[in-house]
Amino acid sequence: MSTDVTERSDLDALPQAPGGPPGLGALGWARWFWRQLTSMRTALVLLFLLALASVPGSILPQRGPDPGKVDQYFTQHPQLAPVLDKLSMFDVFGAPWFAAVYLLLFISLAGCVLPRSWHHLKIVRARPPKAPRNLSRLPESDQWTTDLPPDEVLERVRTTLRGKRFRVDTADDSVAAEKGYLRETGNLLFHIALLGLLLAVGAGGALGYKGNVLVTEGDGFANTVAAYDRFNPGRGFSDGGLQPFSFHVDDMHVSYINSGAQRGQPSEYEAGLTYQAAPEDPKLHHRLSVNHPLNVDGVKVYMIGQGYSPTFKVVDGKGNVALNGPTPFLNSDAKSMTSEGVVKVPDAEPDQLAFLGVFLPTTVKTSSGLVSAYPGPLNPTVTLLSFKGDLGLDNGTPQSVYQLNTGKLQKIKGAPHTLKPKQWYTLPGHAGKVQFTGYKHWASVAVTYDPGRVPALCAAVAAIIGLLLGLLIRRRRFWVRATRGADGRTLVETGGLTRTDAGGTFAAEFEELTTRLRARTGTAPDSSHPTSQGKE
Amino acid sequence: MSTTGLAQLSDDLTLLTGLLYSLAILGYAADFAFGKRRAAAAVHPAKEAALVGAGAPVSGSDDPGSADEPAAAAPAEEPGRMSVSMRVALGLTGLGLLVHFFSILTRGLAAQRVPWGNMHEFILAIGFGAVAVFMVVVWRFKAYFAGLFVLIPVVLGIGLASTALYTPVGALMPALKTNYWISIHVTAAVTASGTFIVAGAINVMYLLAARYAKLKADGGEIGFSGIARKMPEASVLDRLSYRIAIFGFPIWTFAIVAGAMWADQAWGRYWGWDPKEVWSFITWVVYAGYLHARSTAGWRGQKAAWIQLLAFGCLMFNLFGVNIWFSGLHSYAGL
Ligand code: HEM
Repeated sequence: MSTDVTERSDLDALPQAPGGPPGLGALGWARWFWRQLTSMRTALVLLFLLALASVPGSILPQRGPDPGKVDQYFTQHPQLAPVLDKLSMFDVFGAPWFAAVYLLLFISLAGCVLPRSWHHLKIVRARPPKAPRNLSRLPESDQWTTDLPPDEVLERVRTTLRGKRFRVDTADDSVAAEKGYLRETGNLLFHIALLGLLLAVGAGGALGYKGNVLVTEGDGFANTVAAYDRFNPGRGFSDGGLQPFSFHVDDMHVSYINSGAQRGQPSEYEAGLTYQAAPEDPKLHHRLSVNHPLNVDGVKVYMIGQGYSPTFKVVDGKGNVALNGPTPFLNSDAKSMTSEGVVKVPDAEPDQLAFLGVFLPTTVKTSSGLVSAYPGPLNPTVTLLSFKGDLGLDNGTPQSVYQLNTGKLQKIKGAPHTLKPKQWYTLPGHAGKVQFTGYKHWASVAVTYDPGRVPALCAAVAAIIGLLLGLLIRRRRFWVRATRGADGRTLVETGGLTRTDAGGTFAAEFEELTTRLRARTGTAPDSSHPTSQGKE
Repeated sequence: MSTTGLAQLSDDLTLLTGLLYSLAILGYAADFAFGKRRAAAAVHPAKEAALVGAGAPVSGSDDPGSADEPAAAAPAEEPGRMSVSMRVALGLTGLGLLVHFFSILTRGLAAQRVPWGNMHEFILAIGFGAVAVFMVVVWRFKAYFAGLFVLIPVVLGIGLASTALYTPVGALMPALKTNYWISIHVTAAVTASGTFIVAGAINVMYLLAARYAKLKADGGEIGFSGIARKMPEASVLDRLSYRIAIFGFPIWTFAIVAGAMWADQAWGRYWGWDPKEVWSFITWVVYAGYLHARSTAGWRGQKAAWIQLLAFGCLMFNLFGVNIWFSGLHSYAGL
């Protein structure tokens, strides 16, 4: 009447004949296929396929994290790249073949784990197996004699073992006890948690969104698709689902390490935000910094970078102020914060104006020209190359704010002009004049909404707990038999067994248990028998 | 003491550690060359196998152990009787571990942060983890015999960290320093890696011992695997390696989860498939494959051991390969 868990042998005994079962109809084949899919061997193969399928994702540039590098790869390998692209090699983790592997794995996992859970539920209520005939042949065993009658001995043994949270059963002259069912429970919890993790990650990606936006201090942001510089919604996300929050960047502080090997790296940067969860909601404040995101209405707002927005005042050919404010410049080099950008003045008349600019926060003169020696604004200058004509904004094609479409523009004569703060530059030909009024900081911000984050974390924690239970707990059995000997005294025999002694502590546990039972049944050790034979 | 003084002291202590471990290696090697064959005290598979064979109602399904491979009777020597060279080697290892600890501590004091912020420091920390786990294994399972195989990679690592991968003390990048998740994540990763090194060393010994046993049975040319003559039974090594690996696996799992939490706070996403993440994942999957193989009929024993070796290769590739090649992803991809 062995009540042993038999799932391993079940699993291992699954059909292995490559040709499948002979003479079965469609149902038989379906059953055969299902058994194949849910066998340990298939799980093993699928695990390796999953590992193998991930490898190209680390070797080739991937669109998700690094679209620029993918473009670069296309220019470097014009022949190979399109072929690789057809195979989704630049988007491995979204590729159909990658999905096929993990979906098969998880179907296999579900098909394997759910029946096992059912089986385990039955096992948990089962009784420990009866004592084997010869206890002294077990890995751990012991015996002694006592004057107590066998019934009394067994009664005391039961109480002691129950106190130790064993499951106890009595049959004839012996007590059987078992403990450690949590092992299988933990193993199942782990596998089920993996299923949960996949669901959480998948659902979170599909129902959430990610966006990036750059905001200059003094400006604000309202959560609409149009306000983002880049917006990536999940497959199942509709724009109506955008949370109606908004924020305003009140001020920014950036400081740099100014000595040592890391001189010039930013040591700290943060932005003071005023935000509202919805237009009617109260205004709240938050200091946004690298490890201190803003959490509003389930959405997280992270600071991921910073830079300079030089400010300009432009007076056009007619004498009107056509622009007065900051333009974000992108830094091409983090160590010097040399920043480049385009100032577009669509309101200028009679001609529209544009400037290609380079901003140097700490300008020094070298033989090769002006460079920035330090990322902090110790001696800021901006150097401008000026254009006039038609910016080409009216024909409806969207333009990047960081690029100048020079098709209909004409370069204004003269070398690039360098300005210090407050200095004016008058453009030749009465085209207007421009003043470098100063600079502000900008913050580049990532907004992410992922409803699967918290469920994924819970699943991961459950998986770890399950693993620890599954790997560290031993299922162990313990038997005690009490029989009346020829001399009228009672012979007490004990035996113990575990199959997975990961911690190597079963021998000690057995010894402790036996010592306790000896004490409870009131006799000194019988020196004629070796104690704990397992330790030979 | 000044920061530079501390940094110098740390480097000197690292060299001293390497020296002590190297001397210990000589001791272990001498024991291998001249010692007797020893038993592993902690495992007694013979009896269990016999029992199951006898049809006792104890065919517990809990053990993925090597039931395929009925273990021969336990080896002959009594445990606990160590040769002199073994005792000296163990003493040197313990002393080396102490010095190793102080070299890491002084580095942390010099940098004023957790001393695992770059590759040089990771390698030293992982080496420390490996030797510490080895000492636990010695204490718990009397696995002295693994000293040679554990210390060789550790000493190679220390050599590499002190030369090609040497990095002077510096501050952490600002994104990293205010976050306690980095210490939790990296500490877990270092501990798990140290554990996997010990499991891997014993796994290699198992493969050698199994090969030796097979060659001996076949009467073939024994060659290099003759080194296994002085090792415990193959099945003993197999079990021990498994025990240590299943200790490392949850820690590695936790390290990945903690890394995801750190990424969530610092970068706004918990998983982004960057090369480091990909290879941590691959390593995890292959170790899971090893654990599965141990309970899959037809995969136990040496096949499973090769999988563990592969998993270990992935772990090392994640440590060395990814850091060295993939930082310049474009240049590598341009091959
Ligand atoms: C994402 C995929 C999977 C992962 C990461 C995974 C991982 C693990 C781990 C870490 C263990 C613990 C090993 C141990 O207790 O010794 C384990 C055990 C086990 N897994 Fe999986 N597993 C996966 C899929 C599956 C599938 C699909 C099946 C079903 C065919 C399965 C069946 C089992 C069984 C039966 C055990 C128990 C082995 C034992 O008692 O030692 N696993 N798995």
